[in-house]
Amino acid sequence: MKRVYLDHAATTPVDPEVAEAMARVFREVPGNPSSIYAEGRAARALVDRARDEVASALGATPAEIVFTSGGTEADNLALRGTLKARRWENKEGPGLVISTIEHHAVLDTAEDLERHAHVRVTRVGVDREGRVDPADVERALGDGTVLVSIMHGNNEIGTLQPIERIGAICRERGVTFHSDAVQTVGALPFDVRRIPVDLVSVNAHKFYGPKGVGALYVRKGTRVATMQTGGGQEKGRRTGTENVAGIVGLGTAMRLAAERRDAESARQARLRDRLIAGVRTRVPDAILNGHPTERLPNNASFCFPGTQGEALVIALDLEGFSASSGSACTSGNTEPSHVLLALGLEPSVAQGSLRLTVGRETTEADVDALLHALPPIVERLRSISAVPV
Amino acid sequence: MSQEYSAATIAHFTEPRNVGAVEDPDGKGSDANPSCGDRTTITIRLRDGRVEAARFRTFGCTAAIAAASALTDLAIDRTADEAATIDPGDLIRVLGGLPTRKEACALMAVGALRAALIDAKVKKSSASIQAAKATGG
Repeated sequence: MKRVYLDHAATTPVDPEVAEAMARVFREVPGNPSSIYAEGRAARALVDRARDEVASALGATPAEIVFTSGGTEADNLALRGTLKARRWENKEGPGLVISTIEHHAVLDTAEDLERHAHVRVTRVGVDREGRVDPADVERALGDGTVLVSIMHGNNEIGTLQPIERIGAICRERGVTFHSDAVQTVGALPFDVRRIPVDLVSVNAHKFYGPKGVGALYVRKGTRVATMQTGGGQEKGRRTGTENVAGIVGLGTAMRLAAERRDAESARQARLRDRLIAGVRTRVPDAILNGHPTERLPNNASFCFPGTQGEALVIALDLEGFSASSGSACTSGNTEPSHVLLALGLEPSVAQGSLRLTVGRETTEADVDALLHALPPIVERLRSISAVPV
Repeated sequence: MSQEYSAATIAHFTEPRNVGAVEDPDGKGSDANPSCGDRTTITIRLRDGRVEAARFRTFGCTAAIAAASALTDLAIDRTADEAATIDPGDLIRVLGGLPTRKEACALMAVGALRAALIDAKVKKSSASIQAAKATGG
C-alpha cells in the first residue's frame, strides 16, 4: 500500500541532498573541530560554513548562532540561560511571561523554573483562534520581567502569533524576547533584522534536515548563561564536541529551505486550503482549529465531535495515511491537549482532534485520497460513539 | 499497519460486533476512564438467566472500542453470573494482548458490563417486590 504521509509538523523526511552532505562528513571528515591540525581544521571549516548558512537564512551574523541538539534544547537554553544570567535582577525573583499554548519545551521549562528557581511565571491566554493579544503581553510585564517567550507558529493548530508587535513591546520595555520558531523557520520568511526578537529556537528536522540538531539565535548583547559546563565550545554557550554531520545537515537544509521557500510554501498553502475546504464540505460539522488565515502554510487541524483522536489516527493508519492528534491517548498522554483546551473547546470535543500537515512530497492526489478516506471513518466512529453529536 | 495493536484488536476496531443499544434492555451500565474521558455504555437483555443480547456504545480509542466489542461477544450466551466473572485479564487475552497503557480500556468495558448485570439484578428484584406487594404477599 502506498502510504500518504501527512504529519510534517511531527517531522519531515531528510532531503537527499542533506543526507548526502552528512554522509560525506561521516566518510571524509573524521576530525574534531577543536583540533588545530588538518583534520580538525577541515571539520571546523564545515561547522563554520553551516553557521554562515543558518545565519544568512535568518538575517543574523554567524556569531549569533548557537548549535544545539534540537528545538527542545534551544528552548531550554533560551529560558534557563536568560533567567540564570539575570537571576539577581529582582529581589522577588525574575519574571517570565509565556502563553498558555507554548510547546511543552517552553511550558514545562517555565513550570520547572517556577518550582525550583524562584522564577515568577505569568501565563497569557489566547482567543478562540489561538492568537495572543499583544496588549495582554504588555499588561503582563512587571518590574521584574526579564523574558517573554511566545512561539511563532503553533505546532498543533498552526496559528501564527503577532511576534513583530510583541517584540516591539518587549524592546520598548527593555525585556528580552524569545520565540520558538521551530514550526516556521524554513516555511516562512524569518528575518531578525525585521523582527525585534532576541532569541529564536530552530530545529533541523522540521525542514527536511536531520533529527537531533537545532540552533538558538542569540542577538548580539543578549545575556544567556550556559546550562552545561565543559570544553567551552560554541563560545561557552553550549559546550560539548560539535555534532559536525548534524550541523552540516542543518546548514544544508536551512539553505535549501530558504531557496525553495516562497514557491513551496505557496504550493503547500494551496494544498492546505484544498484540505480545509474539502473537509468542511464533506464533514460539515467539523471544527477548524486555529486561525482561518494567520496559520502555518502546511497545517490543517480539526475537531470532529463524537470521535476520539487516537481512533481517527489508527483508522487512517490502517488505510495508509499518517496523521496525528493532539488529543488523549496518542502518545501515552491521557490529558486532552492544553492547546485545544486553551481555545475554549469542551474536553470531549478537544478529544476528537486530527492534525494534517502537508509537505514537499504531498500532491493534490494525496489530499484528494485523504478527503475520500476520512468522511466514512468519522461516520463509522460516530456510529459507535456513546456521545450524541 | 499498526504494530501497536494485535490483529484481533484491529479486527474488533474496524468491524466491531454488537454496536448500538438493546431495545427495552433488562440492564444498562456505563463506565468511564476519567483520565482520558473515554466512556462505554452496555445494554443487555436476559432470558432465563442468560445474556441473550448485549450491545455497546463507546466514545474512545481503538482499544476501548475493541474491548467493548470483544466483551459483548464473550458475554452473549453466558449466564448472568458467568458473565459477571469475566475479568479484564480474560478480555485482554481474547484481544491478543493490549499495550500496557491501554489495559484500562479493558477495565472500562468490564466495568460497564458488570454495571449492566447489577442493574438487571436490581430491576428484577424490585419488580418482584412490586409484584409481591401487588398481590399482597
